[in-house]
Amino acid sequence: MTRKQKKLLIRIIVSAALFAGGLFLPHEPERFSVMWFVRLGVFLTAYLTAGYDILWKAVRNIARGQVFDENFLMAIASIGAMIIGEYSEGAAVMIFYQVGELFQALAVGKSRKSIADMMDINPESANVERDGEVLEVEPDEVEIGEIIVVKPGEKVPLDGVVVFGSSGLDTAALTGESALRDVTVGDEIFSGSVNANGLLKIRVTKPYSDSTVSKILELVENSSESKAKTESFITRFARVYTPIVVGAAVLLAVIPSLIFGNWSDWIYRALTFLVVSCPCALVISVPLSYFGGIGAAAKRGIMIKGANYLETLAKAKIFVFDKTGTLTKGSFSVSEIKPDENSGLSENELLNLCAAAEKISNHPIAKSIVKAAEGIEIPKTENAEEIAGFGVRAIIDGKEILAGNARFMIKEGIFGEEFNGDDSPGTVVFCAADGKYAGCISVSDTPKDNAKEALAELDRLCSAKKIMLTGDRQSAAEDIAQKLGIDEVRAQLLPDGKVKAVEEIFAAKSAECALAFVGDGMNDAPSLARADVGIAMGALGSDAAIEAADVVLMNDNIGSIPLAVRISAKTRRIVIQNIVFALAVKAAVLILSALGFANMWAAVFADVGVSVLAILNAMRTLRIKE
Amino acid sequence: MKKTFKLVDLDCANCAAKMEAAIKKIDGVTNASVSFMTQKLTIEADDDKFDGVVKQAVECVKKVEPDCTVVLK
Repeated sequence: MTRKQKKLLIRIIVSAALFAGGLFLPHEPERFSVMWFVRLGVFLTAYLTAGYDILWKAVRNIARGQVFDENFLMAIASIGAMIIGEYSEGAAVMIFYQVGELFQALAVGKSRKSIADMMDINPESANVERDGEVLEVEPDEVEIGEIIVVKPGEKVPLDGVVVFGSSGLDTAALTGESALRDVTVGDEIFSGSVNANGLLKIRVTKPYSDSTVSKILELVENSSESKAKTESFITRFARVYTPIVVGAAVLLAVIPSLIFGNWSDWIYRALTFLVVSCPCALVISVPLSYFGGIGAAAKRGIMIKGANYLETLAKAKIFVFDKTGTLTKGSFSVSEIKPDENSGLSENELLNLCAAAEKISNHPIAKSIVKAAEGIEIPKTENAEEIAGFGVRAIIDGKEILAGNARFMIKEGIFGEEFNGDDSPGTVVFCAADGKYAGCISVSDTPKDNAKEALAELDRLCSAKKIMLTGDRQSAAEDIAQKLGIDEVRAQLLPDGKVKAVEEIFAAKSAECALAFVGDGMNDAPSLARADVGIAMGALGSDAAIEAADVVLMNDNIGSIPLAVRISAKTRRIVIQNIVFALAVKAAVLILSALGFANMWAAVFADVGVSVLAILNAMRTLRIKE
Repeated sequence: MKKTFKLVDLDCANCAAKMEAAIKKIDGVTNASVSFMTQKLTIEADDDKFDGVVKQAVECVKKVEPDCTVVLK
């Protein structure tokens, strides 16, 4: 609690105590009797203790022409109540109004703080080595090429490359993932992560203003600029709501009184209108909800660049994925081993032969075969040679082994000229022994471990249509798509074909359903920009991705996408709940008080009570179940 | 040019919305945003008018909420 808030709290307590005491006095003492004066005195003191600053602000602001200022309206409502003899209600309106203000300040302060804590990645200082001494300086004073020392438990202040030591890095504040990342000499290291165990020396590669920490903080701070449509709508609504309610109050005070007389009754009803005339509950709870949603996402390494994107994500019904690096790991592995029936080889024997031959090659596909054969004994090879663009020829156990693509087999006369590929998915390595076809091994890019579950969850959350874009062959693409539960595949796309595909899908969809594009941010900036929401994965350290996307996943975990959708949907739900709830209660109280059924207490509830409940509801956005 | 300023003692969300509306109307301002949550004012305006715009924006802020101050750096 700040000093200002503590002072207000004390005033509220004193005032509430006086008020409670006042309630024990006789309710309707004879006018101008001693008891009447005592009662007036008690309530007036309670009233002024609670609201003197509101009254002062009202006077000051009206002098500046702020007619629909909430202080002014609250002052009129409470003074009016006093004048028509409703002392206890006049005082109560002010006390509860202040309770509401205090509560709002506390709740907003708490959300601000919890989000600030989540984003606590800003390093206070850097230990830089200069002339053999270690000096503590501000991070922005360190220049590129200087060596900084990071002790265990300290935050890495600047991006750089490790030149001494090895350690585990805790990147949870950046990526939301708690597993430590091992780094050693030569590894790139990002500012904002925490050095968990060993001493590290780092050669700085970027100035502080370009480092990861600065980029992320900038992104978070700017996120409040892009407001959601709902929020703009509410502020526009608020601008007309107050004048309308105040106008209605004036009419309600004057017209029925002229017709029916009974002025004090109608004025009382009009005053209750003034109490309900502040749109605070809406104006505060809507941005608070979005702020909370963005904060909750940021904590899990999901950086959302604005409330508008959070809002759009909740409406996303089409998810377009770039395959490699997004749905798949971007590294190859053996998916199928098919020995030829006539070769008499087992799967393991075929793999063995191929691995032995491919051992000399550095090609990613060759490496994946060797990796698959790990643990089985690989025979010795003689005279192995790699024929670039075709495959490998080697002598194993006296037999000539060929391993390579179809063109290689045709060239060597294993397959006839008419052979044109095969129907196995992925990339295929054929193998021949002593001039006879021995079988083939399919190698494919493996899906990420949780890709299937993540897509299934997207399905459950928003019955999204999932489309995959890839440069792979149709059969390979369809195989992966089937495994993952993708609805539509666009294969054999050239790099620029991806944007065109996104544009086609974009043109074909209806206006109210949003299109999200998910890529790794490396070569798909145009697609990210074209979609309603561009989501870049694995963006830690990739400035291009951070720049191009609307939603930036610092980690490489595809499970973050359904999580982001869940956060956006929850935020949207809470925003709608608050709008409906606040408007319904206010409308009900306005109608009831116009008809004379609601008193000022109800109006105070419709104003302060609703604000408090809406704020409490909005704060739920901060909590997201894993 | 685009610049962000910190707001101190911005206590009411409705006021933030009013300030934003008023600042957007200043001549030369292309976009403006007042965030109640982050207590920040962002102004995008023509370069040659920028200093004048900022001065007027401060007046807008003062008019809506006299207790609130803009930190000019």
